[in-house]
Amino acid sequence: MNTNTIKHVVVIGNGMVGYKFCEKLIAKQKNEHRFTLTVFGEEPRVAYDRVHLSAYFDGKTADELTLAPTDWYAENGITLFLTDPVVAIDRERKQVRSHHGVVVPYDYLVLATGSGAFVPPVAGVEKDGVFVYRTIEDLDLIQSYARNARAGLTRKGAVLGGGLLGLEAAKALLDLGLDEAHVVEFAPRLMPRQIDDAGSGVLQRQLESLGLTIHLSKSTQQITGDEAITGMQFADGSHLDVDMLIISAGIRPRDELAKASGIDTHARGGILVDDFLQTSDPSIFAIGECAVAHHMIYGLVAPGYEMAEVVASRLMGTEKEFKPFDMSTKLKLIGTDVGSFGDPFASGPNCRTIVYENKAKGVYKRINISADGKELLGGILVGDADQYNMLLQTCKNKTVLPPDPEDLILGSRGGEEAGAGVMALPDDALICSCEAVTKGMLCHEIAENGHTSIDGLKKVTKACTGCGGCTPMVKDLIQSVLKQQGVYVRNVLCEHLEYSRQELLDLIKINGLKTYNAVLDLFGHGDGCEICKPAVASILASLWNENILEKGRATIQDSNDRYLANIQKGGTYSVVPRIPGGEITPDKLIVIGQVAKKYGLYTKITGGQRIDLFGAHVGDLPNIWEELIAAGFESGHAYGKALRTVKSCVGSTWCRFGVQDSVSFAIEVEERYKGIRAPHKLKSAVSGCTRECAEAQSKDFGIIATEKGWNLYVCGNGGIKPQHALLLASDIDKATCIRYIDRFLMFYIKTADPLTRTATWLNKMEGGISYLKAVVVDDVLGIAADLEREMQQLVDTFMCEWTEVVENPHLRQRFAHFVNAPEQKDPAVHFESMRDQKRAREWV
Amino acid sequence: MEAISIHQDKQTWHAACRVEDIPADGGACALIGGRQIAIFNFSRRGEWYATDNECPHRQQMVLSRGMIGSQGDDPKVACPFHKKTFSLKNGQCLNDDGYRINTFPVKVENGIVYIGV
Repeated sequence: MNTNTIKHVVVIGNGMVGYKFCEKLIAKQKNEHRFTLTVFGEEPRVAYDRVHLSAYFDGKTADELTLAPTDWYAENGITLFLTDPVVAIDRERKQVRSHHGVVVPYDYLVLATGSGAFVPPVAGVEKDGVFVYRTIEDLDLIQSYARNARAGLTRKGAVLGGGLLGLEAAKALLDLGLDEAHVVEFAPRLMPRQIDDAGSGVLQRQLESLGLTIHLSKSTQQITGDEAITGMQFADGSHLDVDMLIISAGIRPRDELAKASGIDTHARGGILVDDFLQTSDPSIFAIGECAVAHHMIYGLVAPGYEMAEVVASRLMGTEKEFKPFDMSTKLKLIGTDVGSFGDPFASGPNCRTIVYENKAKGVYKRINISADGKELLGGILVGDADQYNMLLQTCKNKTVLPPDPEDLILGSRGGEEAGAGVMALPDDALICSCEAVTKGMLCHEIAENGHTSIDGLKKVTKACTGCGGCTPMVKDLIQSVLKQQGVYVRNVLCEHLEYSRQELLDLIKINGLKTYNAVLDLFGHGDGCEICKPAVASILASLWNENILEKGRATIQDSNDRYLANIQKGGTYSVVPRIPGGEITPDKLIVIGQVAKKYGLYTKITGGQRIDLFGAHVGDLPNIWEELIAAGFESGHAYGKALRTVKSCVGSTWCRFGVQDSVSFAIEVEERYKGIRAPHKLKSAVSGCTRECAEAQSKDFGIIATEKGWNLYVCGNGGIKPQHALLLASDIDKATCIRYIDRFLMFYIKTADPLTRTATWLNKMEGGISYLKAVVVDDVLGIAADLEREMQQLVDTFMCEWTEVVENPHLRQRFAHFVNAPEQKDPAVHFESMRDQKRAREWV
Repeated sequence: MEAISIHQDKQTWHAACRVEDIPADGGACALIGGRQIAIFNFSRRGEWYATDNECPHRQQMVLSRGMIGSQGDDPKVACPFHKKTFSLKNGQCLNDDGYRINTFPVKVENGIVYIGV
């Protein structure tokens, strides 16, 4: 490597931003060594988390607050001088000299000198017991002075300044256990830069309830006492007795070194920089709270980190500008959430303001919306800032607001969800503004690289490592992505086919696959199992409607489908001929009776208005069906995950209350959908009037006659967890009803998980019945025509499976118990008698 | 078709059926010396297996009607009644340690399936 190309960078200041600059430069030059780094820090400690300084009184140690241990600097070849501030910059020779006399040349100099506490020119600030709140050393001093409290000397403390930092300091006073803790603010409200009067009022009440005494509009004239502070004298003549005072009235940029070196500074303090953060000396940059960019000092960590990024990028050859930075902020002040974003004080004709205040709960929320109601301009949250991140993102991304923007702060009050939460944000939405981490980056790490903990994400993305304000949102993201994945994982069929049913259906359809082996060969591994085989069998049937026993499909069917009958105790089967709508002629009834007698079958009327014949030997099934078919019966598909029955009441043809002919419609519906395979069985019913004798509201789809037409209900269920069907459409004519059922069933067939009834399917559906309605009735997805076409295709290709078996010797011969003795029945089958019929022998 | 027995070594091989009598990747039951044997044609693997036809869980003669497949590398059959699954290699129930079925050697010669009982 050509050593001439290595430039030397000196960083003055080892605070949060100075450290961040080192970290970023190291990261960027990982593979090409271009710079050596020397860092001078004034404090005896390596850079620590100043944002969470008050946690020091909570029990966090200095080590825990440390951003990176000393080893990190050594490992990355950074020369670090602590307790050794730079005292002179020789811009001619391009070198700096430290307090201890260390002279280091530089090619580039980065000033990250930060800020000190602004101490207002009040008489008496030099007295003992008056402190600033800036460094761990300050905190140590405060703590040791307050120890006198135990000796009975220091009982009362005050903070001068009711801004963000002042309230942090006030928390420290509370933590120190003083008898009295006061906050004195010059402005008429707390946090004057972030919140309005009403918000301040709510915050004040919250803080007072925790033991703070708040004094507003107080101009401090003098600090009284001899050696040590004893009180504060105010301009209005009032007086406050205090034993210690923390001054937190703002910050003062540390620009003295720059000034002394002839670098341009602002009249009111701060090192002047351009959009590239270059000072008046092009070799010297200034970042963080010592810099004045865009006419202001950015007193937050996020813009400081962005400045570090800009300069680090620039040194690596990437031109990057520092743009005016969003000063939105959210923090927990003494247990009270406070958030302020965008333009919190927006007012005037181009702005509408929505305010929510709950004094009992100590909650105040304000959002400012553009006059057209489309854009969120800014807002304030006190007491409950849960919505902060969402609101901030809505504001930053200029997301179009919902029709009722008050839902943003009030939450949804009945009806549908107002927003879809964090997952609704665009991928480039900035989640962590301190480290410029987008939603897309986080989702990628969570989903693709398996970083599913906050700690893991902190390591790989650095999100949540700055102000920590994004942590709740990152948690939400982890959960949402995991939920997505979790659903996905749970939906995977089994070890052989790692797809959801819906995915598999699409794959099978696109590839035109018609056998299980073809599906397994293309998309699976292993030899399949009792879970994926019937699932694929169902998909193949739903897609192609070919005979389920052909082309090797017999052995992937569940036993019931494989023998086109329901296996019962003892290994015999039951036979259920279709009786559409429950209407049957006397002649057909007689045939059923004759067949039952001939083959010794137990008979029972089912719950679905048909007749079940039990106790048939597998070898008898084709003969039984041959006789039933000859009498005009068809398979009833009682064995399949398919339409079972369409129950009906007698309706207007006989019933004195009936308003429509429910039996005819039930028969029409049953004839239409018979034999169609679905993820689970389907039941239906048609009632002729509102008395609902057919119990249509307990069915997967139920139809109830009205004076004007028909009401269509969907996704009802009896079973383990009864659930009423929900109204999908009302007063529709028959044709419309059929169209909606076509769409509804096909949508269910294409999207439900295996063995999921329509009720469960709906319960899991995001948006619930409103969404289903939107798809089926309003066709928001634009798929209605496809669904109808696909359903019509299934209807048109219906074949009675039993008729096919009876007529096909090859299929018929599979119905034998012994492959080497087809005429012989299973000798293990035994029956007992009961009420003049037979029953299966109880198993042990 | 009659069961033909061929004594060979200590094993008695019984001709059970023709290859085409057992559906590919499925099973069927053969009556061998009064015993119900489930025979499985694992054509995906080119392997044959034979077990008891009775599921020991509820003593039902139905295993030959069960779906076959694999769990890991282990070939298995699932009882149609309550989905107890059994290894076709050693007869161990894979989802309930308390059950086990007998397995029998199978050989195929000249299109005839022989079971060693």
